[in-house]
Amino acid sequence: MPLIEVKNLSRYFGGLHAVDNVSFNVEKGIIKAIIGPNGAGKTTLFNLISGTINVTSGKVFYKDHIITGLKPYQIAKKGIVRTFQNLKLNQHMSVLENVMIGRHIRSKAGFISGMLNLPNTWNEEKKIREYSMKMLDVVSMADKKDITVANLPFGQQRAVELARALACEPEVLLLDEPASGLNIYETKELSELIKKLKTWGLTILIVEHDMSLVMDISDDVVVLNYGEKIAEGQPDKIQKNKKVIKIYLGDDDA
Amino acid sequence: MNKENLKAVSVLFTIILLTPLITSLLDVNFYLTQLTMSIYYAIVSIGLCMLMGYAGQISMGQAAFFSIGGYTTAVLTTINLIEYKGSFLINLLMKLRVLVLDKNVYDNDVLFFSPWVTFFFAIVFALIISFVIGIPVLKLKGHYLAMATMGFGIIIYKIVKGTKILGQADGISAVPLFKILPFLSIDGDISNRIENFYFAGFILLLGLIILINLINSRVGRALRSLHGSEEASNSMGINTSKYKLYVFMLGAVFASIGGFFLTHYNGGIGPSEAGVMKSVRYVAIVAVGGMANIWGTLIFGILLNFLSLRGVFGSLDDAVFGAILILVMIFAPDGLIKKRFLDALIVKCKIIIKKIQLKLNKEGN
Repeated sequence: MPLIEVKNLSRYFGGLHAVDNVSFNVEKGIIKAIIGPNGAGKTTLFNLISGTINVTSGKVFYKDHIITGLKPYQIAKKGIVRTFQNLKLNQHMSVLENVMIGRHIRSKAGFISGMLNLPNTWNEEKKIREYSMKMLDVVSMADKKDITVANLPFGQQRAVELARALACEPEVLLLDEPASGLNIYETKELSELIKKLKTWGLTILIVEHDMSLVMDISDDVVVLNYGEKIAEGQPDKIQKNKKVIKIYLGDDDA
Repeated sequence: MNKENLKAVSVLFTIILLTPLITSLLDVNFYLTQLTMSIYYAIVSIGLCMLMGYAGQISMGQAAFFSIGGYTTAVLTTINLIEYKGSFLINLLMKLRVLVLDKNVYDNDVLFFSPWVTFFFAIVFALIISFVIGIPVLKLKGHYLAMATMGFGIIIYKIVKGTKILGQADGISAVPLFKILPFLSIDGDISNRIENFYFAGFILLLGLIILINLINSRVGRALRSLHGSEEASNSMGINTSKYKLYVFMLGAVFASIGGFFLTHYNGGIGPSEAGVMKSVRYVAIVAVGGMANIWGTLIFGILLNFLSLRGVFGSLDDAVFGAILILVMIFAPDGLIKKRFLDALIVKCKIIIKKIQLKLNKEGN
């Protein structure tokens, strides 16, 4: 039984078929990459799975339950958590506070107990803090916990966003171009980190431009072009796929 | 509450404690009346600060909620149910102390709702109305949200001005005092000035502590995150529409409580309290204070309202607040009180003190 099942998913923006009848499965515990040229519909596909935008037609199943039509926060509660290509952190909050937001769905203190600072929230806050620090440690940002996010370089902000997503304790992690804006060393560290996350049992769906990263870490690759799926398979087979080579490098006789 | 906030709260507590002493030393005890009123207005502002500064949603209808609190108590405590006296329901309510019997200035018996009960009603009405208005309105963003809440404010203003039971343009006067403790009653009597000032200060501190707790809690983090990016917060599992609604209702309750106490303190309320310019005033105060800065809002809330009540701005009152809002938006969108600014000021002071010390040392030698 696949963990995520994408079935005939389509999204049209007027006449533009951003995602057109795409189907694929994601098995538990694997790293699956979605690649394709600019404008192929990769990020739109992500937005559809995470519920940020509505589908035109088709369905997404998670553990055999339909998740299309759910609000993003409901999907996150089910265990599918995403990061964003153009980071969406709170720039005015500290690194640790940003990560602590990720613990939101794993804690439950409400308005009243927050306003009155009831003793039962103290323990919860302590646990939130500890877990968040652990996640910051995973992305090696623990020493920068008190820095305001706006003052961090881009690569480190990426790491904070990843830590925030990890703090949600997701089962499925959707990474939207995690290597964009990173230099080769940072990309190398990232690929090590993603491999490490896989050993935790996380299922990872990744949209990426960096081919070396994709071929290095992924177990399975889906190739999109103009919103349509044109190939799916293991990385080494995708590398030899004529259609894929054509969209990336152009025709032989051209 | 962290150390910094605890320190700030205790400083505020001390200031409130010492203010009557200072005013009596300076022989300006009458300032206390305006200070008390300013504090009640500041309570309205800090509620709005939660919504605007921390959750990032604007409301141009805060004065409407203020007037809902004020008019609720004004109507229910000036209504005279004496002719129904004797009926079973009225007797029961009297026994439960929901209704109280008193004499008015003409020495006639009057039977009206106890302020304790109207306080409860003021909060409940604010909650219900903000809930009903909030659900559709908070789906909007930015300018559209501002326009919609402003429209709501105008509607309430027109209702207040046009409804007979609400006193139309005259408002409602002769609101009875609110006796909280044997030695403490909320009214404008000069002999109660100091007690009333302390009580207002107490309510302010209470509200402030509640909000500071909230800001530093799990919910507060979610609200601040919502301010940063609604999309990201949603993807982190935060039910953003629920939180926006709750914080809108919280702001409404603060406004309603401010309106409730000020109405009893003034002994009346008029339709100008519901006016759009009052809402602009609250927004301007939050903006000057630095949006996500509850202390800035508090300081300017008391300061600007005090100046306005003292008549410093004359008949240009509304124009001044409008101008403040425009100027702040153009020149200091982060507000006038910035931590960076304060830190720089402290450093500068330290340098000056050092220079003076050096000079003194030289002269000593």
